[in-house]
Amino acid sequence: MTDLADSRAESAKRRSGYALRPAASLTLAGLLIAVVGVALIALTVGAAGIPLARLPAALGLWADASAGPNLARDQLVLWSIRIPRIAAAAMVGGLLAASGAIMQGLFRNPLADPALVGVSSGGAFAAAAAIVFTDSQIGESLRFMQNQLLPVAAFTGSLATTVILYRIASRSGRTSIAIFLLAGIAIAAIANAGIGLLVFIADDRQLRDITFWLLGSLSGATWSKLATLAPVLGVALVACLSIARGLDVLVLGEAEAFHSGVDVERLKRISIVLVSAMTGVAVSVCGVVGFVGIVVPHLLRLVIGPAHRLLLPASILLGAVLMVGADTLARTIVAPADMPIGILTAAIGAPFFLAMLLRQRGLVSL
Amino acid sequence: MILCRTLAISAAACCVLLGGAAVAAGVTEHDARNRDVAISDPARIVSIGGAITEILYALGFENRLAGVDTTSLYPAAARDKPNVGYMRQLSAEGVLGLNPSLVLAVQGSGPKEAMDVLEAAKVPLVLVPETFSEQGLLDKIRLVGHAMGADKRAECLTAVVTDDLAQLRELRAKVTKPVRVMFVMSMLNGRAMAAGRKTAANEIIALAGGVNAIEGYDGYKIINDEAIVAAKPDVVLSIQRGKDSVDAEAVYVHPAFALTPVAVNKTFISMEGLYLLGFGPRTAAAARDLAIRLYPALAPQAEKFAPAALTANCRQ
Repeated sequence: MTDLADSRAESAKRRSGYALRPAASLTLAGLLIAVVGVALIALTVGAAGIPLARLPAALGLWADASAGPNLARDQLVLWSIRIPRIAAAAMVGGLLAASGAIMQGLFRNPLADPALVGVSSGGAFAAAAAIVFTDSQIGESLRFMQNQLLPVAAFTGSLATTVILYRIASRSGRTSIAIFLLAGIAIAAIANAGIGLLVFIADDRQLRDITFWLLGSLSGATWSKLATLAPVLGVALVACLSIARGLDVLVLGEAEAFHSGVDVERLKRISIVLVSAMTGVAVSVCGVVGFVGIVVPHLLRLVIGPAHRLLLPASILLGAVLMVGADTLARTIVAPADMPIGILTAAIGAPFFLAMLLRQRGLVSL
Repeated sequence: MILCRTLAISAAACCVLLGGAAVAAGVTEHDARNRDVAISDPARIVSIGGAITEILYALGFENRLAGVDTTSLYPAAARDKPNVGYMRQLSAEGVLGLNPSLVLAVQGSGPKEAMDVLEAAKVPLVLVPETFSEQGLLDKIRLVGHAMGADKRAECLTAVVTDDLAQLRELRAKVTKPVRVMFVMSMLNGRAMAAGRKTAANEIIALAGGVNAIEGYDGYKIINDEAIVAAKPDVVLSIQRGKDSVDAEAVYVHPAFALTPVAVNKTFISMEGLYLLGFGPRTAAAARDLAIRLYPALAPQAEKFAPAALTANCRQ
């Protein structure tokens, strides 16, 4: 009886204030510190080799009287190459992890991931097509935007895939999540077949470009790319908080959520648009990076529970930590070359995830 | 199939009879797979690889070319020959359909399945070794000449090319301060793919008296932006790929290249792909042209060096 009363009080409290528990703010603060920590480590290493002693001066923290002739070069390397890349890694990681978390909440399926429902594949297919056809008539007519062609194609591909999926899954104003998921798998298969065809007709150089694109890399991150990432991340942060409660209630089932006063259709629309925009912009900046969207939310659910109010922002932060860490390795371990980051996110994320699963086995049911 | 074979054999026999002494029957060739290939009759050749086609033309065997691949772009007449597709994506049926009595393919041709079928079809298949070096170039010419039963013509061409390379060496010796060259194959969404060691680009840069700015890896890889700054290239070299070429402006505004002398001095060089990287008879000429672009001060001396391979007649 008291239990019931407690839970009532709890749910009333949730509905009215939905405040974060102290433990939750601690979690977020801890993750924020982790992001800053990883970013600082990332700042100190790189192929251009700026010694630690020269770093503060190069960052402009204090004017070092003994600043050598390298100062200008160090500053440029830091501010126009290393820092934008670290920031891009953090943002992309956050976007991918959050879109994974939203999608899993929406589909009530722990395996849902933008890659699974074909959003990433659609983007990758469009990017591969852009690589192969730049040399054709179509490419010629789009010559004026040659340097933007690839990111624009990737973003359009992701968005178009989502629109098609949404059309397929929607009927008289209702969206069937099961059909969305299944159609997504079919679309992913079509997109992968398309990529296969493009790989077949591509020449050597195009083939290399496609391969590297499919494995993802943050090489070539610039301030202008950050300018496209940042607004999406900002909107995502705000939107995350507004859909968090809806996603929590949705766990009970669509009908139940509807009766609890959640506008389920609106929730689905917002989530789908959000996920495709987040994935699209991430894919357009760094290609396809797998695993972040699945590993990060799962890891967090095991530790902090499934409440989206905390899970979504925490996913953004942990995604950033994982991505900055992986990217730091990507740009240092095979220097002067650049390792595709998709290899590393899987190589770092998966064993960690497995270890978590093994430790928690029997304690939690997924 | 049997009919085809019979036709091919009789056609080949006719050629042997008509061609007379020009065709030395029964040559054995040791190829890149470390195997001996018996060539009885090089009358209908499928040439796979731009450099091989160039050599065949230089040796005067264009009339025996039954087919070429898509990398055979020089001389222009080669583009009118029946085309068997891209060297790495050959279709065995397409090659066999041309009824070749000899297939000369550059090492790396494929896919392996297609090569296996050609092997099984008992068509003499010579895999020509691809090593990017002066010696490799001369060996390539000798090997193609030998397979054609035309050692004398090959000797003529190797002598010409050897002489060109020697003159190039003299030109190179005049370089006092070698420039650092980075060969950029493609630049995609701000990511540069650059040539490391063990590439044709690496070797042609060396032949032109330059230094490859990248020493840290082999082959073509995406290079780290910071590594571009650390490599300090003086020049960015690329190849023209139709509308798909690397754009000079894109290099100059790239955040990493912007920090190198390339952007300051606007030293982006683009040359024709097969000419620059093909490692055929025109290699010395390509290296000379590159050297002139790298060292404008050498131009007067370089102008005096007219590569003989472009004009030599080794056709009989």
